[in-house]
Amino acid sequence: MDHVHLARALFGMSLGFHIIYATLGVGIPFMVTVAEVSYALTGDHDYAVMAKRWTRGFTVLLAVSITTGTTVALQLSLLWPKFMQLVGQVIALPFLIEVFAFFLEALFMSIYVYAADRIPRRWRILSVLLVAIGAAASALLITDANAFMNAPQGFRLVNGRAVDIHPWQAVFNRALPTSDFHVMMTAYMAVGFVTAAIAAYGLLKKSHTERERKHQYKALMLSLALGGLFGLVAAISGDSAGKYLAKYQPEKLAVAEGLFQTQAHAPLVIGGWVSGTRQDVIGGIKIPDFLSWLATERLDGVVLGLNSFPRDTWPPLFLHLFFDGMVGIGTLLIFFAIFAWLVKTLRKQHEYPFPNWMLGVTVLTGPLAMLAIELGWIYACIGRQPWIIYHVMRTADAVTSAPYVGWMFVLFMLLYLLLAIGSITVLRFYFSRHPLSDDIDPSAPKPRRVVWLP
Amino acid sequence: MTAAIWGISLLWAIVFIYGIAGSIDFGAGFWAMVFFKEEHASAATIANRYLSPLWEVTNVFLVLFSVSLVGLFPTAAFVFGNILLVPGCLILIFLTLRTVFMVYAHSIDRYQQPLRVISGITGVIIPALLMSVFPIAQGNFLIQNHGRLTLSLTQLFSSPTTYVYILLGLTSELFLSAMLLADYSRIANDSTAFYLYRKQAIWLGPINMVWAFIAFFWIAQSAPWLEKDMLSQWPWFLVSGGFFVLGYLLTVSTRENLHLRFRLAVVSHVVQYGCAMIGYGRAHLPYLIYPYVTIQDSFTNSEMFRALIVVLILGIAILFPGFIWFWRLFLENRAYVSKED
Ligand code: HDD
Ligand code: HEM
Ligand code: HEM
Repeated sequence: MDHVHLARALFGMSLGFHIIYATLGVGIPFMVTVAEVSYALTGDHDYAVMAKRWTRGFTVLLAVSITTGTTVALQLSLLWPKFMQLVGQVIALPFLIEVFAFFLEALFMSIYVYAADRIPRRWRILSVLLVAIGAAASALLITDANAFMNAPQGFRLVNGRAVDIHPWQAVFNRALPTSDFHVMMTAYMAVGFVTAAIAAYGLLKKSHTERERKHQYKALMLSLALGGLFGLVAAISGDSAGKYLAKYQPEKLAVAEGLFQTQAHAPLVIGGWVSGTRQDVIGGIKIPDFLSWLATERLDGVVLGLNSFPRDTWPPLFLHLFFDGMVGIGTLLIFFAIFAWLVKTLRKQHEYPFPNWMLGVTVLTGPLAMLAIELGWIYACIGRQPWIIYHVMRTADAVTSAPYVGWMFVLFMLLYLLLAIGSITVLRFYFSRHPLSDDIDPSAPKPRRVVWLP
Repeated sequence: MTAAIWGISLLWAIVFIYGIAGSIDFGAGFWAMVFFKEEHASAATIANRYLSPLWEVTNVFLVLFSVSLVGLFPTAAFVFGNILLVPGCLILIFLTLRTVFMVYAHSIDRYQQPLRVISGITGVIIPALLMSVFPIAQGNFLIQNHGRLTLSLTQLFSSPTTYVYILLGLTSELFLSAMLLADYSRIANDSTAFYLYRKQAIWLGPINMVWAFIAFFWIAQSAPWLEKDMLSQWPWFLVSGGFFVLGYLLTVSTRENLHLRFRLAVVSHVVQYGCAMIGYGRAHLPYLIYPYVTIQDSFTNSEMFRALIVVLILGIAILFPGFIWFWRLFLENRAYVSKED
């Protein structure tokens, strides 16, 4: 690999790794807040137990997301110094505001975890809510920086120098609303399915007592409901992201659908292999007119194809599969959540309406949702290539001139491997040492009210 | 003062806070490793308790530094980014290992021992690597190559100048953290730990001072431009030395019951480092990287500067109550500090 590709590989690997933990870091505090509020409203001790155990897992994950986040933040300067020079002049604000979001999260996380026994419940809920807000804000702000890379504005380049700079215009760029909305909704959706998967895995274990099954079941229902709900909104937000692309970044949409000719009545293609030489998608299922409808809300809307752009600015064609993978997983998960809801409604009289095979499928939904997040980001980032800032700066021009990038790649790969194994081991070990039965206190008071979520 | 001077002062302030907080953080990791034996168990516990809630906040200051550098001095960020790939990545790797393993050790008691060693060793390596940025910013070890600078790693790691700075950083780190941990033990009413840490501070203080003089003479050799400017900043260094003597006398004369006196000693040592840093920072002006980058021509545009300052002030104002609450709950709270495990 050449220098630029090595740098891209290193940066992509760091972000790809960070994003797993970061997404969980956005979603789990939200789930904990929901659980804490449910506990406060219903008095059902199970929700307090959920909050406690999710938080436990979260503290381990948080360490990884903070350190890998620090890594990507600094690698941004170390690998793409030319890019950061422009960032500093035009779009430094989200990065700075984000620091305060981190402070917010770090402060209240310490308070929530280490001081929980010393503050009243009202303040506890407030602290975890602030943790969730801090995490959400940090995700929204960093996504804003990425949105700027897709839709740069608020400055002009004259002889390579940025002039006429308006920092706030850069912050409120055209890509911001759709991308922030989509990132947020997909993060909540994904974490819903992850906790659902964990609960389903627990339910599949034979050794559990009735009391534990009841608890797991409640966690499963809450998680599936939230995952499905946010899934629906995520699909809507994804649709608006697509419309944004059609308008402002047509190459990216064209590559997602393997569309070469600019045309009205453009078809949507599911699956298949995009061939540059044949200018077609080999083996995909074509749905006539549908792409035009999605992109422009008219069956005869014109969608730009790749041939309308110079060949050397095409993103790589394999991205079609990444895009389809993301959309496919999203659609599947939404249908699965709806199906689960139907089964539950139809088999009301059963205490545990889900057959084992459904629990098995639920265990798969968690990893699939995380996979969709990865696919989406890789599509978004590589789909912008060869630009690091769309139509402003090429990735190859931004790269560092320092040697040894390859070695750093190897070192970081080993590090991430170690972290992945380490965090899984620690979580498994911790939860086997502190089984659910320890946390479920049989002497806990009975719920005051009926449960307000399924 | 020009806007660029305000900008660089802000940046130095962040470096100073990270320097102090990082010294305590990394130093506490080191002391927790050294004092793991039974008879010192409470000293190690104190160090660990101090670390638990603090590392996240310290870490954010590192991020704040890099973000502020990019926002305030984009061209300097460009040059630094371009040359620091290897030291930067090594720092990141060690930092990640350290933090993550510290948190892992929290969840798995059985792994405490090996993990403590990791946190102790990285507690020395990370500050050492961070210190190596200072000689780099003096313009040593840089090679001009096709119009872009690169760093010569062999020169960096074979030059005595690097090690002079590293040792200065390490003695300061261990001295300061011993002082602060002693103060923390005092709040916890743990006199064994208090005397243990005070003892370390008492022998480390003079060593640190002597090394500071050696470092100065070394700078005089390797970077005459800096020596000249440092001499013209003599009042700052004099005041710094004065605060060292004051703090040291207070430390030596403190017994367990003289609470206020020890707190004053800690404060004077912190002020001592503050003054030394101001002196050094002013001497370094106008260069960020000698002689390639000055603060004026790497400074950001005025719109961005104004926006950054507004955000900084608003952010600090909003978070201030949170900081106060945090301080009350952890650092000044006798119940938390001295709680049994
Ligand atoms: C659980 C994860 C997940 C799921 C189910 C979906 N997405 Fe997505 N998608 C993401 C996770 C994601 C993401 C990781 O969050 C991305 C990457 C960059 C971004 O802004 O969001 C993304 C980007 C992204 C983009 C590119 C935006 C850009 O580059 O500016 C489009 C057009 C879509 N999505 C469209 C969809 C559609 C039509 C979906 C239908 C269900 C969908 N996504 C489901
Ligand atoms: C919101 C913040 C993000 C920013 C500022 C950002 C920026 C960048 C930059 C500067 C590059 C290098 C240029 C390139 O090769 O594409 C890159 C590449 C990449 N990014 Fe992003 N990115 C962001 C989010 C993400 C996330 C969250 C992922 C998670 C998977 C991701 C995945 C990738 C990948 C895989 C590459 C490598 C591309 C390649 O190998 O060609 N990005 N991104
Ligand atoms: C270029 C891309 C990115 C950069 C530079 C970046 C930077 C960072 C940094 C510096 C941290 C550590 C914060 C600390 O010290 O406390 C962090 C953590 C985190 N990041 Fe990222 N990040 C990127 C991508 C993302 C994305 C795309 C998301 C969300 C979808 C995200 C969400 C988070 C979250 C939730 C944390 C948890 C820790 C915390 O907030 O303290 N990050 N990130």
